[in-house]
Amino acid sequence: MSRERTFRSEAIVLRRTDFGEADRLLTLYTREFGKITAVAKGARKPQSRKTGHVELFMRSKLFFAKGRDIDVITQAEMVAGYAALRADLVRATYASYVVELLDRFTVEDDHNISIYDLVANTLDALTTAEDLLLLARFYELRLLGLTGFRPQLFQCVASSEPILEEDQFFSAELGGLLRPAYQEQDRRAVPITAVSVKVLRYLQTRPWEMVSSLRLKRPLHRDLESIMHHYLTYILERNLKSVDFLYRLRREAELFASPDSPMIS
Amino acid sequence: MAHNVLPQPVQRLIDEFARLPGIGPKSASRLTFFLLRGAENQALELASALQELQARTRFCSVCFNITEMDPCVVCEDSGRDPNLLCVVEEPLDLLAIERSRAFNGRYHVLHGAISPVEGVGPEDLRVAELVERVQGGTFREIILATNPTLEGESTALYLQRRLAGTKVKITRLARGLPIGGDLEYTDEITLSRALEGRQEFS
Repeated sequence: MSRERTFRSEAIVLRRTDFGEADRLLTLYTREFGKITAVAKGARKPQSRKTGHVELFMRSKLFFAKGRDIDVITQAEMVAGYAALRADLVRATYASYVVELLDRFTVEDDHNISIYDLVANTLDALTTAEDLLLLARFYELRLLGLTGFRPQLFQCVASSEPILEEDQFFSAELGGLLRPAYQEQDRRAVPITAVSVKVLRYLQTRPWEMVSSLRLKRPLHRDLESIMHHYLTYILERNLKSVDFLYRLRREAELFASPDSPMIS
Repeated sequence: MAHNVLPQPVQRLIDEFARLPGIGPKSASRLTFFLLRGAENQALELASALQELQARTRFCSVCFNITEMDPCVVCEDSGRDPNLLCVVEEPLDLLAIERSRAFNGRYHVLHGAISPVEGVGPEDLRVAELVERVQGGTFREIILATNPTLEGESTALYLQRRLAGTKVKITRLARGLPIGGDLEYTDEITLSRALEGRQEFS
């Protein structure tokens, strides 16, 4: 969508870097225009009228002036500040993961309101969700669907035969499940249990309100996480910084294993 | 290519300037030619300042601030409260607090902040040194003076957990309204913190 000389949109802050003397360069995912980069002048000064409205993960109503090289944010008003995500290191890490994935899976100036709503809803849910791993898997599957990487979980990607209720293989290269008989079609395909297939299908097709009541055991969670990270890393051809960080946190898990802290491992 | 006609020493300085933050190729050329045309000692002064910067500075082995002497002047100052410790992200934050003249204790410089987004973890910072220092010290209070950004908050949360076993009082800088600010433009998070932290007006 081409932008007027001044324009407005609700946006989520994906990244921010210091720029010039007191400015911040923001990577935003806007509801109306998709991902854009804009500068918030003076945002590093405490007296700035924008500072508190354009922190990471915040959802804000923004007004822009189109610049020659870069758009400038002229007004900012927070819609959701997600204070709960800032007060909990684990939730903050998952929020980082949500925006990092969004950043990696989108290009500038390609708008998609469904993606925007997915991310906004996911950040909302992150503030209270009990099972953050489940929410992360739900978000991954939905984002993959909206960006054209929906994994095929109902038919064999080699033979198009329906998937039966038995252990399968997951091929990142072919983008979905391989029946055991077709395993040699992709030698790097990883095994996946029948239960994991069931859960992934459920996550792919049911709304969060239903998914959130699932209770999964830790080994199953580990299984799902490793399959999804395998697939995402294959598509993105790189590791995700927030995932590395999550693994580091887990190594110190005993430190964070207090009753008030949500499950991370 | 215009670049080829420049003598190599000139090009080298331009390239070096261009690596500095906020300096593009045009500014780099302008600075280089200014020095080239300027008085001879101006360039030499700059050169010796740059040399000293490397040769005569180091990190304080106690607080990890940048210093000429080790321990640094703050750590050596017996007039300061040895039981009060202020943890900051960067040496520039230490300077900002010093400018306020409101703090008379010791410092610990982390050299960064934990960032899930950038993948910066506690082992990339001077966290282990801080924990060791607190465990082996006689501190009464640790002030976590990291920035009120996502990274600064994450760092404070992490340090709080790491230091919880030491029984030392841990405090966080208050958040509220800046001088010259405007309520109308203040974000809800800051405003609610400012309300929580309100004080009797007498």
